Amino acid sequence: MMADHSNTPIHKMIEEKASKKGMANVTETLMPKFFLVCAIISILTTIGIVFTLVFETFTFFQDVSVVEFITSPDWYPMFQDPDFGIRPLLLGTFTIAFIAMCLAIPVGLASAIYLSEYASDKTRRTVKPVLEVLAGIPTIVYGFFALTFITPLLQTFIPGLAIYNALSPGIVMGIMIIPMVASLSEDAMSAVPQSMRQGAFALGATRLEVSLKVVLPAALSGVIASFVLAISRAVGETMIVTVAGGANPTADLDITSSMQTMTAYIVQMSLGDAGFGTTVYYSIYAVGMTLFIFTLAMNIIAHVISNRFREEY
Amino acid sequence: MKAARQETTITTEERLQEPANLSVREWKNKIFKGIFTAAAGFSLLMLIVLILRIFTQGIGYLDWNLITSFASRNPSDAGILAAFVGTIWLMAVTAPISFILGVGTAIYLEEYANKNRFTSLIQTNISNLAGVPSVVFGLLGLTLFVRELAMGRSIIAGALTMSLLILPIIVVASQEAIRSVPTNLKEASYAMGATNWQTIYRVVLPAALPGILTGNILALSRAIGETAPLIMIGALTYIAFLPENLLSQFTVMPIQIFNWTSRPQEEFHLVAAAGIIVLLAMLLLMNSIAVWIRNKFQRRF
Amino acid sequence: MLASKDNNTQAEEVYEPNTARPADSVYKVDQLNLWYGQDQALKNIELEIPEQQVTAIIGPSGCGKSTFIKTLNRLTEMIPSVKTTGGIYYRNQDIFDKKYKVELLRTKVGMVFQNPNPFPKSIYENIVYGPKIHGIKDKKVLDEIVESSLKGAALWDEVKDDLKKNAFGLSGGQQQRLCIARCLAVEPDVLLMDEPTSALDPISTLKIEELVQDLKKNYSIIIVTHNMQQAGRISDNTAFFLNGEVVEYDRTDKIFSSPDDKRTEDYISGRFG
Ligand SMILES: Nc1ncnc2c1ncn2[C@@H]1O[C@H](COP(=O)(O)OP(=O)(O)O)[C@@H](O)[C@H]1O
Ligand SMILES: [Mg+2]
Repeated sequence: MMADHSNTPIHKMIEEKASKKGMANVTETLMPKFFLVCAIISILTTIGIVFTLVFETFTFFQDVSVVEFITSPDWYPMFQDPDFGIRPLLLGTFTIAFIAMCLAIPVGLASAIYLSEYASDKTRRTVKPVLEVLAGIPTIVYGFFALTFITPLLQTFIPGLAIYNALSPGIVMGIMIIPMVASLSEDAMSAVPQSMRQGAFALGATRLEVSLKVVLPAALSGVIASFVLAISRAVGETMIVTVAGGANPTADLDITSSMQTMTAYIVQMSLGDAGFGTTVYYSIYAVGMTLFIFTLAMNIIAHVISNRFREEY
Repeated sequence: MKAARQETTITTEERLQEPANLSVREWKNKIFKGIFTAAAGFSLLMLIVLILRIFTQGIGYLDWNLITSFASRNPSDAGILAAFVGTIWLMAVTAPISFILGVGTAIYLEEYANKNRFTSLIQTNISNLAGVPSVVFGLLGLTLFVRELAMGRSIIAGALTMSLLILPIIVVASQEAIRSVPTNLKEASYAMGATNWQTIYRVVLPAALPGILTGNILALSRAIGETAPLIMIGALTYIAFLPENLLSQFTVMPIQIFNWTSRPQEEFHLVAAAGIIVLLAMLLLMNSIAVWIRNKFQRRF
Repeated sequence: MLASKDNNTQAEEVYEPNTARPADSVYKVDQLNLWYGQDQALKNIELEIPEQQVTAIIGPSGCGKSTFIKTLNRLTEMIPSVKTTGGIYYRNQDIFDKKYKVELLRTKVGMVFQNPNPFPKSIYENIVYGPKIHGIKDKKVLDEIVESSLKGAALWDEVKDDLKKNAFGLSGGQQQRLCIARCLAVEPDVLLMDEPTSALDPISTLKIEELVQDLKKNYSIIIVTHNMQQAGRISDNTAFFLNGEVVEYDRTDKIFSSPDDKRTEDYISGRFG
């Protein structure tokens, strides 16, 4: 039973090793530094994004005045005498996002109410993966679906519908965003304490009344935050509109014909129309900057709204 | 609430009668329940329609030829070989970069960082990065990697862009996995005289690994379907060669699909659908692996 | 067991008694105060803990027993809000000294927790955890350590054929003895035990109590217990804590037969706690 190492007891061996632990000490001091560098890279990414956008946008604004960018009603970058007014792109972006929200908000919210208030555990466990799958489908697939299925389908009802139009990508984008609204809203509603529901049920309220008059108001800021995030997502969405929305930057509010979004413009230009160093080339950064500001603002708003919500309980 | 309180003061007789509006309210409840259920069912329906549609379109072009051929002017010869290999290359390079950066950041935030303003700055920054549109990452990649660092329209430029794009997803998932390692295991390790790094390396990471891997795979499956940022950095839409090294030009499956979708000929749409089937199959495979890991290594503590 | 006995004679040589302090105390606690943020959890603790005896710490829940025992190996440092003043001397060395290596202290001072906390690894890997992190890689040595530690914790016969099996498959009592064996693997000087039996059934409790009696020959043991009979059965000295203070500290038989303080008497006789 007496072991071989009895001559040198373990604690002696450990002390010996401890006295020459140079290598281990190096690791011990290096690892946190390495991880800190990793963490700093995420900050550098943001700085890189901001710096890139600001710097190249600045170059753009040396050719095109800020006033023209904001106030000119037209966006014709490839014309002999180009116009760089962001308004048509903004209009296209928000029109399509609006169409998407018209579908995603009601359907997403209703799904959330169903999941949080009506569905049994078992149903919830089957519906949620479906939503996850829907949210995980690449956007190019949705774009393809919009162009080759939804548009022809809509054309049977709306004869004047152009092949590239705002309606079809709007609807498909809505379908894509439903899972986001549903799952974020459901999180907010599930967080409402059970006691609030029980109080209302005890007074004879129906499930509908409890859902709409007790749970929804209590979860309102979380639900609204989910809407804002969904809009931000719709504004930043690219491939659906590139594939199915066409490339016509127009200020006409005609959803049956082509409209161009900011994202679609950026992709269109980088597909080869813009030579490096031209004003058109720099215009994609100015548009990117605009896009970045809008989405960042909405993300911050959503953050502020949902933080307020957290304070309630 | 006030109205409800009045209800509780009704007399016994009244109580025995059904409230006049009860049946109306119950009907309303039933109707709305139907509406809510239909809304939840709508997503399921859309998923089925989308999948069925794509399968019926693409199945005719789905054969071995699709995988083994390069893109072509002729739809019936067209294949996704270059895109398929390009996607694999891109993922193979993106995976380790984003893993190290993401998990490293998570370890820093969960295990080393003090609760100070710098730490909360990093945390806020990560949640904001998650909301930045992917085209904007494309602009960053184009400027920084393709031009400034002169990497050209290469795999490495694409992989770095993709790594930054999915970094927030990986960080958040890894943080959650690390946070869920019970403190008493860490205490046990420290109490044995282990150092910080020994504890992280030998106790925390092994216990958090399933969660970390699941998060990484899901993040990669997001990257595999991304199109816009790679178009931005100039991944090609038509190539007839395979990438050879990190500096090779490349294309990926979503870009190839985009290219076919943009063609006017109907046949190319069908090839695109076949390409989508392959892409979805890859996604399904990755997600199954993630779910498998999650179930197999279900938390045992 | 034999290896451990050896440890003991070695220990005498390694820790040359400092002339300023009596050689037979492992710990000397001097005016120790501890705060969790604003809340003071330990107040002016003064204790000397003798070598190779079992010192029990008793007191009602929330009185600071766990906090105290965790300051002895500086595990309280894991909680960012903790502030400490005063001194703790382990073998006459100030453990709060900047130059003092906390890893070394924790190697010398093993700890067993209230809830068994084996690592989600094999039994073998659990035991060799300590030796491995301290740089012992030789497979033969590790094998010997596993055997002698498991024997020392009276677990060898039960698990010798299942060393590769996951430690989570063991019963609660076996897991706790595995945690003790894990401590023994680095041949510590002191064992800290924080209510080691409170999560266990009576039979497992008995086994651990017997084990403590056995280990006392080679180790200095500090055991927190909620259970006064247990303190009476196994300890040589007992400290009674109340609201973060040491009310009374004496030989166990004295504490249990004729305590000096009324509060101790009340607690012992079950009037509160
Ligand atoms: N991590 C902590 N943070 C803040 N307060 C704590 C923490 N741990 C313990 N305390 C407080 O310190 C006091 C002593 O706790 P503890 O040492 O666990 O008591 P015991 O082990 O005697 O039951 C209690 O009032 C408890 O609330
Ligand atoms: Mg305790």
